[in-house]
Amino acid sequence: MNCKSVISELSNYLDGELEVAVKQELEQHLVDCEECNMVVDQTKLTVDIFCDSELVALPPDVQTRLHEALRRKFSEKET
Amino acid sequence: MLCGTFMAAKARQWPFLGPSHPLNAPNPHRLPSTVAREDEHLLVAAAKRGETAAFEELVSRYEKKIFRLTMNITRNREDAEDAMQDAFLKSYAHLKDFQEDSRFYTWLVRIAANEALMRLRKRRPNQFSLDEPIEGDDDLMPRELEDWGPSPEQRFAQTEMHEILSEVIDKLEPDFRVVFVLRDVEELSTEETAQTLGISVPAVKSRLLRARLKLRQRLDRYFRQGGTN
Repeated sequence: MNCKSVISELSNYLDGELEVAVKQELEQHLVDCEECNMVVDQTKLTVDIFCDSELVALPPDVQTRLHEALRRKFSEKET
Repeated sequence: MLCGTFMAAKARQWPFLGPSHPLNAPNPHRLPSTVAREDEHLLVAAAKRGETAAFEELVSRYEKKIFRLTMNITRNREDAEDAMQDAFLKSYAHLKDFQEDSRFYTWLVRIAANEALMRLRKRRPNQFSLDEPIEGDDDLMPRELEDWGPSPEQRFAQTEMHEILSEVIDKLEPDFRVVFVLRDVEELSTEETAQTLGISVPAVKSRLLRARLKLRQRLDRYFRQGGTN
């Protein structure tokens, strides 16, 4: 496996969707190629950082308007 | 800090969950987070029977995440608020149609994503289409790599990190951003993402790979040791 193939299979590798033989081949390449190893690690970290992040807080006024709208909807349904 | 969900749950009792249910325990906020998932179907069933308090609990539980989703897709606060509000109102109106073959949250995410996408298309008609294909033969191989060092995420204060992530995702093209948000942030499956966006599974995979590589590249500017920021 060459560097180009590692990059094309990167997402499948991170998502655990590679067949065992291809995964082994890719991991063997990572042992020998520092650059690909770095790309794999940094891309994984990128996904993890975004996954764990709370990018936006829910502003209180937005939350209040949402619950007001819901209560209006509840009363519409009751009547 | 306690999340709003469990604070709200602590202040109320949920008769439809029964006295022995963990959310009716004296200190429900100390329960493991898996409880929230496990009792979702009970809340949905109660809401379907007309218990508005149960639906409000579902809203309280997911409002923050749904706002993050609509904000991440639209990158516009007004649109994000409208999309979130319409998503909850529509999910309430159509609750009887929810077949429970997936989690309620996944169903809600799909409704919210569609509401957000509709607004994004209106605001940026020429920049966002989702029509296939975007995939080209472009060279994806990252260049000029440099070590990020140990735990780059710990080198920045929380607010600084938020600014970096916000700027980086804001600049990602909408076609890539939407796929990344649904797959990696909201953790929809590839198939669910494809269904939500009306594109093929290979298109989702291809855009996800490009999105991840582009985000890595943009974070590199901040995270490389001795970087520019």
